[in-house]
Amino acid sequence: MFALRRDVLLKFSPKPQKRLAIAAGIIVLALLSAGGLRLEAQEKNPYAGDAKVAKLGEYQFRSNCAFCHGLGAQGGGRGPDLTRAQKHHGNTDAELFHNIHDGIAGTAMPAATNGGIGVGMSDEEIWQVITYIRSVEKKASAAETGDAAHGKELFYGATGCGTCHMMNGKGGRLGPDLSSTGASRSVEYLTESLRNPSKRLAQGISEPLKDFSQEYETVTVVTSDGTKLQGVVLNEDSFTVQMLDTREQLHAFEKSKLRSYVKTRESLMPAYDAKALPEKELKDIIAFLLAASEKGGGQ
Amino acid sequence: MKTRSMSAGSKSRFLAALVMTVLGTAKALCVVAFAAATLSLSPPRASAQVSAERLLNSSKEPQNWLMYSGDYAGHRFSALNQINVANVATLVPKWAYQTMAGGKFEATPLVVDGILYGTGQDDRVYALDARSGRPIWQYQQTLPADIRPCCGRVNRGLAIFGDKVFVATLDAHVVALDSKTGNVVWDATAAEHAKGYSFTLAPLVIKNLVLVGVSGGEYGIRGFIEAYDAATGARKWRFYTIPGPGEPGHDSWEGDSWKIGGSPAWITGTYDPATNTTFWTTGNPSPSNRGEGRAGDNLYSNSLLALDPATGKLKWHFQFTQHDEHDYDATQVPVMIDDGERKWIAQANRNGFFYVVDRTNGKLISATSYAKVSWSTSKDANGRPVPDKAGSPTPEGNRVCPGALGATNWMSPTYDPQTKLFYVTAREQCDIFATAPQPYEAGHAYYGSAYFPNDETQPFWGALRALDPATGKLKWEWKHSSPAWAGVLSTAGGLVFTGDAEGNFIALEAASGKVLWHFQCGASVFASPMSFAIDGKQYVAVAAGSALFAFGLP
Repeated sequence: MFALRRDVLLKFSPKPQKRLAIAAGIIVLALLSAGGLRLEAQEKNPYAGDAKVAKLGEYQFRSNCAFCHGLGAQGGGRGPDLTRAQKHHGNTDAELFHNIHDGIAGTAMPAATNGGIGVGMSDEEIWQVITYIRSVEKKASAAETGDAAHGKELFYGATGCGTCHMMNGKGGRLGPDLSSTGASRSVEYLTESLRNPSKRLAQGISEPLKDFSQEYETVTVVTSDGTKLQGVVLNEDSFTVQMLDTREQLHAFEKSKLRSYVKTRESLMPAYDAKALPEKELKDIIAFLLAASEKGGGQ
Repeated sequence: MKTRSMSAGSKSRFLAALVMTVLGTAKALCVVAFAAATLSLSPPRASAQVSAERLLNSSKEPQNWLMYSGDYAGHRFSALNQINVANVATLVPKWAYQTMAGGKFEATPLVVDGILYGTGQDDRVYALDARSGRPIWQYQQTLPADIRPCCGRVNRGLAIFGDKVFVATLDAHVVALDSKTGNVVWDATAAEHAKGYSFTLAPLVIKNLVLVGVSGGEYGIRGFIEAYDAATGARKWRFYTIPGPGEPGHDSWEGDSWKIGGSPAWITGTYDPATNTTFWTTGNPSPSNRGEGRAGDNLYSNSLLALDPATGKLKWHFQFTQHDEHDYDATQVPVMIDDGERKWIAQANRNGFFYVVDRTNGKLISATSYAKVSWSTSKDANGRPVPDKAGSPTPEGNRVCPGALGATNWMSPTYDPQTKLFYVTAREQCDIFATAPQPYEAGHAYYGSAYFPNDETQPFWGALRALDPATGKLKWEWKHSSPAWAGVLSTAGGLVFTGDAEGNFIALEAASGKVLWHFQCGASVFASPMSFAIDGKQYVAVAAGSALFAFGLP
């Protein structure tokens, strides 16, 4: 059957059901007491370090999580790299359990219960997955490979990243906000995104806080009065497009009223080859991305 | 014991009774008004009772939508033509009904004599005034915490017969409700929900029997189709979709794999009264994406079954995908098409082929790909596509088309007898299939695999495709921005209606595929549209997000 896993991940999160106030009160109380009990029972992994359980967890991971997080948990087009010791939404066993069991509100991460991820995982299976994730975590911080302070100078200076990318509230709006990217993406992913941005664009660079997939495709339109605009797609459907032009001006069009509409999956971001960005500087910028997000912002 | 959460009070019963009385009085008037319209209609009916005869002759009352696909043939075609190519551009929303439930809203409602009967997510059931969308009664199945719906807490609709509506629920019950009050008349337990059995489909009533097929192909169930006495809820027959020891086809399973071999039947069948045969389709063998341990064709998974509706006895079968390893459930409505002497079943299968089968004997007439296909590159002596070994999932991953969600899925196709075209929502998406061995444990996920979006630079897409059943050829297509999950309705107004994942509900010219109208519903359309009329006015209805929308002319 497997009808709709992808859509669960991509589309709207379930809306809260409206209930009578009294009923809601009773339910809230019931949830609070059940939640309290559950937290107590589920704050430590009963299988920590068990290699056999990690293997079972790997199979569970492949079936339920790899669709977004990749076969080796190193991140895919949508899900973050989980081999990083620092996780944006919490590192403790209890936090991991909660995030898998209940999903992460406001992100594409669904709850592992019925109607959430695939066919639903039991508590035991969730602990198996956590055991597996722990077994593939890299302990050392990847940020140590470069000079983050120099990377910051480059980001807002010579390489011009900050013209289009926001970091913790500072920078441009045309490209993805990179505040949490360092915490969720592997170094390989970040390197490839700099060296060959169009390749990444092919699969989409979903932002974790969007419930639809924004892919930053390049769009060029000519309006009915002959004005030509180029920019990135914020969202679109068969009949309309919402875009940001290269001056960060927001536009919304009905496609049928445009003189022309051309969309490509070539990124507007320049490719930073080894000439434009030598290896050392690349490492410095990545170190900045990693350090900034590991501190939870505030650079 | 099931409870009704929203209409248990005496006040609401009184209200319901009042509304029914008002509607009953108004009905005669509106049918007269209706008959005066340009549509050809049968005389007004004195009773709201839905007889077996009315179900057989559903085409004579196009103002009503009496079963899931609109008729026994599975056409999802409305003979109403008030909304047509000339005026559809002016279509406006008339009302919306919010189920207030989360998740995917996949249901098609029924309309009988001015009352709309529908289901929503979480096994809600409701009756509405079809003019206004105002509820008359509501029912909520109380679902236990340990139900195992693989793919959302969904339900696709009801069947109606006599003075009852029938719903099949996620906890594997079949429940009959009084169509005037929503009160439970009977409640039959079909199977153990904790072991992975559930229902998501709209039942099918044939004569005095309520037919259902089970879901649970992700949990290693043993699938079945069964029938209940509409009056009492007594089970009359059960046909296991996996033959037991000593039965023909049993040897198509390795060892004991047949006991947990899946083969659910989670989409509503069709019925040919001329030969008293009901046609059902089945889903994947379990585990769905790993063939190791279940060597053989795995009958009757991914098959078309011709059954005697009175006894459940198998007349013949046709298997679309043998020994499936890609989750290619054949659970798409088996559409009956008559062309002169030719009696066909047409199905656009999840595996990417459009099949035409002789429904008198189960012989394949043609199989033509209607979407990108790589799992099969050859056909057997009868013209049936056979799987390539090279397409099997591997530990590292193997790219195969269509992907795990299929070239289409459960959303209904439509057959338009005016254009003689078959319209289907096609999905162009390939996936990487990687194995992940799982031991069987009752009630736990059992599918043995992972799948991922492939790394191609071309993003996934979809299209509404118009196919000619006589040739299998594509007549036209209209591209969707992304793979869609909406079914298709065709109407005598020369239109087809469908939806998309971006929330648009769309009307196209049936002959050409030209878009004539669209409306943004605000959430993805995960349902198949239908049409009805009341007071001489035609409506088109579809579910999107948590709302059921009804559209009409201004």
